[in-house]
Amino acid sequence: MKSEAQKKERTMKLSLPTEELMSSGNLACQGCGATLAMRYVLKALGQKTALCIPACCWSVIDGPFPYSTLDVPIFHCAFETAASSAAGLKAGLEMVGDTETTVVAWAGDGGTFDIGIQALSGAAERNDDILYICYDNEAYMNTGIQRSSATPYGAWTTTTPVKHFKNRPKKDIDAIMAAHRIPYQATASIGYPEDLYKKTKKAKEIKGTRFMHIYAPCPSGWKSRPEDTIKLARMAVQNCVFPLYEVEFGEKYTLNIKPREKKPIDDYLKLQGRFHHLTEEHIKMIQEEVDRNWGRLLRRVDAC
Amino acid sequence: MKKVIMGNHALSWGAQLGRAQVIAAYPITPQTQVVELLSEMCASGALDAKFIKVESEHSAMAACIAASLAGARTFTATSAQGLTLMHELLHWASGGRMPVVMGNINRAMAPGWSIWADQNDSLSQRDTGWIQFYCSSNQEVLDMVIQAFKVSEALLIPSMVVLDAFAISHTYEVVDIPDQDKVDSYLPPFNPPVRLTPSDPHAFGGLTSPEHYFELRYKLQKDMEKVPALVEETGREYEKLFGRYLGQVENYRCDDADLIFVSSGTAGYTARVAVDELREAGIKAGNLRIKLFRPFPFEKVRQILIKAKKVAVVDRNISYGHGGIFYQEVKSALYGYDHNLPVFGFITGLGGRDVTPGTFKEIAQHALAKEKAEEDIIWVGVKR
Repeated sequence: MKSEAQKKERTMKLSLPTEELMSSGNLACQGCGATLAMRYVLKALGQKTALCIPACCWSVIDGPFPYSTLDVPIFHCAFETAASSAAGLKAGLEMVGDTETTVVAWAGDGGTFDIGIQALSGAAERNDDILYICYDNEAYMNTGIQRSSATPYGAWTTTTPVKHFKNRPKKDIDAIMAAHRIPYQATASIGYPEDLYKKTKKAKEIKGTRFMHIYAPCPSGWKSRPEDTIKLARMAVQNCVFPLYEVEFGEKYTLNIKPREKKPIDDYLKLQGRFHHLTEEHIKMIQEEVDRNWGRLLRRVDAC
Repeated sequence: MKKVIMGNHALSWGAQLGRAQVIAAYPITPQTQVVELLSEMCASGALDAKFIKVESEHSAMAACIAASLAGARTFTATSAQGLTLMHELLHWASGGRMPVVMGNINRAMAPGWSIWADQNDSLSQRDTGWIQFYCSSNQEVLDMVIQAFKVSEALLIPSMVVLDAFAISHTYEVVDIPDQDKVDSYLPPFNPPVRLTPSDPHAFGGLTSPEHYFELRYKLQKDMEKVPALVEETGREYEKLFGRYLGQVENYRCDDADLIFVSSGTAGYTARVAVDELREAGIKAGNLRIKLFRPFPFEKVRQILIKAKKVAVVDRNISYGHGGIFYQEVKSALYGYDHNLPVFGFITGLGGRDVTPGTFKEIAQHALAKEKAEEDIIWVGVKR
């Protein structure tokens, strides 16, 4: 006789397709959030996908020439050109008769928030038919943990040492993108794969510029344990550090996950060595900033 | 069909007749009419292309590179500050073997702001792995764009078609606009051996270890070395169809000349007037106009110059700390062949100061008066 639990397990429906377009052979660090982000996104987009990857962790993760861990074509492009390369690739493919392929700009936070923001803004304003995905690990991790404008207040990085930790808040890239009135944008997290998958599917079907901002913890840079990657990603949603929401045409805000009980940020910060130097006072300031951001988001959602 | 058009429109016509499929460009004086006419050509359907109106030249080149990787014929045009903003991506296009064709209007680099001609913008891109053609008439601009697509796509090396600010860009001339059918027979559709497509997924331009990188650059140089012969061949083919020969250099009355000017761009046209006037005065002058700067046509240049008694290289550019850039190239072409041939290096016309037949006559006087060429730069028309 099988137990009830065993029976239940046998009939359990997988919430994501089993098809893999990413192989296990790659150069990611242990517990890399960016790798999971790619894996889930490709499950949603399928084989008819082309990626433009600028300088970022993923330009290394994919493997050196002549190898590639992905079963979709990749153009490794210049750091600041993810969006403009993707726009050109889409136009080129269309002119040679391929109108179906989803062209994705796949960039880290440095390539999106900082050096690539001009090209991204240009593509979004033109409403070029590309899916721009930023996997956000909150610093220049590929070059060895230097601060970016996505690095949150209080964090240690190699260019914001403990004595002079980052004293400016994270840039609100999602608000910047909303100001472009693009047809679709969403935040997503590797801690919520079904939500990420659903949003990617949705983005795939929309024409014009689509922007996804995926939260991807980085154990090497955050000084967290590799086994805590998913936990941290889930905590960031539960404590509203990184809320999951969608915006259509810069106006219609939809909150996807509203925590039943909004958790304080303390435990989340404690799991990350990059915040260990912070005093009670700093933590209070960060909590206030999180609360302000959360309140602002709720007002936008409520206004819809 | 003959039309009176400005030099900038000759670039647009070249792109249309060449059936460019993706255009990405950003406006800059003195290039703007190129993109204006191309916008109209795309809007009217005369040209079936996607025109991405990018927010910078950097994005223009990025978009062209990626479109080329997909297998589309791509075109852009820029000038000076725009060209140098693209610098990183010029390496990307050649290193990735994307045969983008670009018009560049030679304009002096800021500061101070200048919109007038000199060649420092394009010549400072010398080592980016692009083929560079220098034009001296509107007709040549149009013809050169069509030929550039053919040469670039055969070797998978990008090309720059270069013309002077105002003296060509804004000057109207009669241009014979070739029939589309004939251009199509000369220039078949772009069909690269490898392209980016999901049906045969590859990673392009990824991390390349010392094990492989060196060979990629070796192959680029080896293909670059094929350009002169290909320019001859495609030039003859063009001549058969259209009656105009492009080639690597223009030899104007050099064969029996004692003094040969080496020049480029519109100055190379002006030089012909000076040559005629000098010959009328009994001085056997000639002019060698360089049309292909990269790769440098060493053999052609050597063949022509070796017969002269004196060579005067006229540069509308400067490599600070050295001298005229064509001067360096010419000396390098002659090195080991004739140590006694005096080669004078003149710099003139920076920032759009006029280069007239009088300028060339002054240069001739200087060269004729000296037994030996001085090693220093000889400045012409500078206020000191």
